[in-house]
Amino acid sequence: MEIIDILLAASFWEAAIRIATPLIFGVLGALICERAGVLNLGIEGIFTAGAMAGWMAVWLGAGLWGGVLVAALAGAFFGLIHAILTVPLGLSQHVSGIGVTLLATSLSYFTYRTALPDVSSPPRIEPFRPLDIPFLSDLPFIGQALFSQTAMTMLALVLVFVTGWVLYRTPLGLAIRAVGDNPSSVEAQGLSVYGLRIGAVVVGSSLMALGGAFLTMSAFDAFFFGMINGRGWVCIALTVFASWRPGKALIGALLFGAFDAFQVRLQTEVGAFLPSQVFLMMPYILSIIALIVVARKADYPKALLVPWFKGQR
Amino acid sequence: MSSAAHTSSETLQDLLLSLAGVTKRFGALVANDAIDLTVHKGEIVALLGENGAGKTTLMNILFGHYVADEGTVTVASRDGTLEQLEPGAPQAALDAGIGMVHQHFTLAENLTGLDNIVLGTESIFRVRRDRSTARAKLGELMAGSGLNVDLDQPIHKLTVGEKQRVEILKALYRDARLLVLDEPTAVLTPQEADSLFAILRKLAATGLAVIIIAHKLAEVLAVSHRIAVLRGGAKVGEMKTSEADHKSIAELMVGREVPASRRTPREAGKPVITLADVIIDRGDSRRSLHSVNVTAREGEILGIAGVSGNGQAALAQLIAGLDKPDSGTVEIFGDKVTKFDAHTFAQNGIARIPEDRHHDGMVGSMTVAENIAIEDVRSAEYQKLGFLDFDVIRKRAEHAIADYDVRCPGPDAPARLLSGGNIQKLILARVLEKSPRLILANQPSRGLDVGAQSEVHRRLLEARQNGAAVILISEDLDELLTISDQIAVIHAGHITPAMPTESIDRSELGLMMAGQKAAPHATTTTNPGETA
Repeated sequence: MEIIDILLAASFWEAAIRIATPLIFGVLGALICERAGVLNLGIEGIFTAGAMAGWMAVWLGAGLWGGVLVAALAGAFFGLIHAILTVPLGLSQHVSGIGVTLLATSLSYFTYRTALPDVSSPPRIEPFRPLDIPFLSDLPFIGQALFSQTAMTMLALVLVFVTGWVLYRTPLGLAIRAVGDNPSSVEAQGLSVYGLRIGAVVVGSSLMALGGAFLTMSAFDAFFFGMINGRGWVCIALTVFASWRPGKALIGALLFGAFDAFQVRLQTEVGAFLPSQVFLMMPYILSIIALIVVARKADYPKALLVPWFKGQR
Repeated sequence: MSSAAHTSSETLQDLLLSLAGVTKRFGALVANDAIDLTVHKGEIVALLGENGAGKTTLMNILFGHYVADEGTVTVASRDGTLEQLEPGAPQAALDAGIGMVHQHFTLAENLTGLDNIVLGTESIFRVRRDRSTARAKLGELMAGSGLNVDLDQPIHKLTVGEKQRVEILKALYRDARLLVLDEPTAVLTPQEADSLFAILRKLAATGLAVIIIAHKLAEVLAVSHRIAVLRGGAKVGEMKTSEADHKSIAELMVGREVPASRRTPREAGKPVITLADVIIDRGDSRRSLHSVNVTAREGEILGIAGVSGNGQAALAQLIAGLDKPDSGTVEIFGDKVTKFDAHTFAQNGIARIPEDRHHDGMVGSMTVAENIAIEDVRSAEYQKLGFLDFDVIRKRAEHAIADYDVRCPGPDAPARLLSGGNIQKLILARVLEKSPRLILANQPSRGLDVGAQSEVHRRLLEARQNGAAVILISEDLDELLTISDQIAVIHAGHITPAMPTESIDRSELGLMMAGQKAAPHATTTTNPGETA
């Protein structure tokens, strides 16, 4: 019965949505890149760069939304590096992605350490406050679970809708879906394969960086080492789970958030019997199981990982 | 544009496209040598030539994928004035009304036909797509041309013929005035090809100009108004189709006389392989066989006619020993086979010419010599003290290269550098040098030019003369009717009883391949090709 109580509490869903937010940004970003045919394993590093850059901008005196913008630009920068290496140069997307992750992570730590050589505890900023929307935030249950989140969570939810609309309702989305399936189809119709792919990777990487920024500017109020903690990699798996669809990406991220929130609560209930590490593993194990169940028949974008060169057919 | 019918191809004011002195060099290779070509409104021009004759280079120049070193491309603009086409700009070619249907379709398989057609024709930054005007325009185009296809199906659900129609509609939707088709019939059944030609004639009658790139002669003779022949990068001949004949064009293309393949009568010997009531059930009909009876005899070529994807792959896998039947028996020289693996079958003298010669026939990164030896590295002949003896391997390869006229830099060149025709010769050398008892030839001349095709046929007939059995899986009616002694038809996993080639009517064979007609001598034990 305690489990039912956990699941019915508004605070549980509030936590689940909060935990899901950076993943929503990350999956949307990964999904846009992969729809265009580029796997972006730079995601883990881009999360770190976004977390560091956004936080540091605010710490240096920029407004919170200024910080969000700086984070997005940092993501775009590392996305551009990955895009140039993998799209016109056609290098291995795996190798380039891992390289970008190492580069972006190290550069972020380096910048942080150089700017703050001898602080013992990370300096804090004033993060995004939970929203207090008149009427909506006062609704029972949903008011606490959904409408008392921060503005960045609202942004993530809006972006799910926007990404879906762009992919499925606009000519641009049509071109992105086509370039990830058969780049020649796009070229034959007079569009630029390189332009579409580079653009998708840059925009996708910006979204990933917002996921990182959420951590330092919304969930917490400081930057510290190792704080991304594999969230980027989780997004790569969730992208497959979502079958490259924004709506399912939202469901996947929420599911993961719910697992995570659940294990924390379960720990307090039955923590006496089981070591805490078992609970920490739970969301990951459940993700793997969900992945096996849902994604075994995954319909990958056909041109994913396949470099395309102009003039070769 | 005048509204008069443009059936004449001679009037100058109908000139649509003119290539003058187009030359393209790749290093020392002259891919196109001062080529002149004109196309008029309403005219169907066939551009013929062997692989490597320069057809594709010329079309790539026309489309702005390459820039010519010399020469000009002139297109009549929509108001009738002649304008030079901007070199190296695909968008300029599209704008000038040139549409191309590539041999390998440029369609995104995850999108619908409609989406593929509209892709790139509307401003990319619109907030919404507009489908109703596109639908209306396409409806008119389909009604006027007979290019009927369900535009709301994703491409991966369409047949090859339907995909091709989407490609043509794509060009027409952009108001193409010149349509270039690269090997359009390579993937079509004879019936589909006929219907394509009917559509092209209809379109030409409305003023559309068409260039068909081809190396199959019979069909371009049927559909084109004029024929231009390329060889070695230069235009070696041009004529009205009405004044052309099969033999002279073939010789123009190849540059020498092409020996006609001819079977000399021969008594068939004892059965080499016999499949009795073989059933392989893999769920879908492409990979299944339904109670199949096939016998291949010594000194006989058994043709298996059928459109790709009707169970040929299952049959080929079984005969190569790569798969085993769910029920039924396979006998080799009268002995029932109990162990199904490729090595055992090869030991019994079964050799194969695989369908996908690039993928299954060779290893691109290995040398020509290694590829020739690859199936026999276990034999003592190639070994010395347990190591491969590369002197022997290389010597054997040199012989094979000379005997089979494999054009390559030498035995140590990586096999991936070879053209399709030369890869096939390499495979033939590997297969035939072992004097096999049964040759499984799966689409052996698909995609080859006239010269290489006739070489393949000559070699298979030679093996037959020497007493080998040949199973020839093919969808090329000309090939089947020329070199097979017996022909059986495969459709949806059913194989008809073999019929003597002499008794077969060409058009009936086409219908049987399409599953629309039963075999004339069907017995009750085999299903005569009705859908399962």
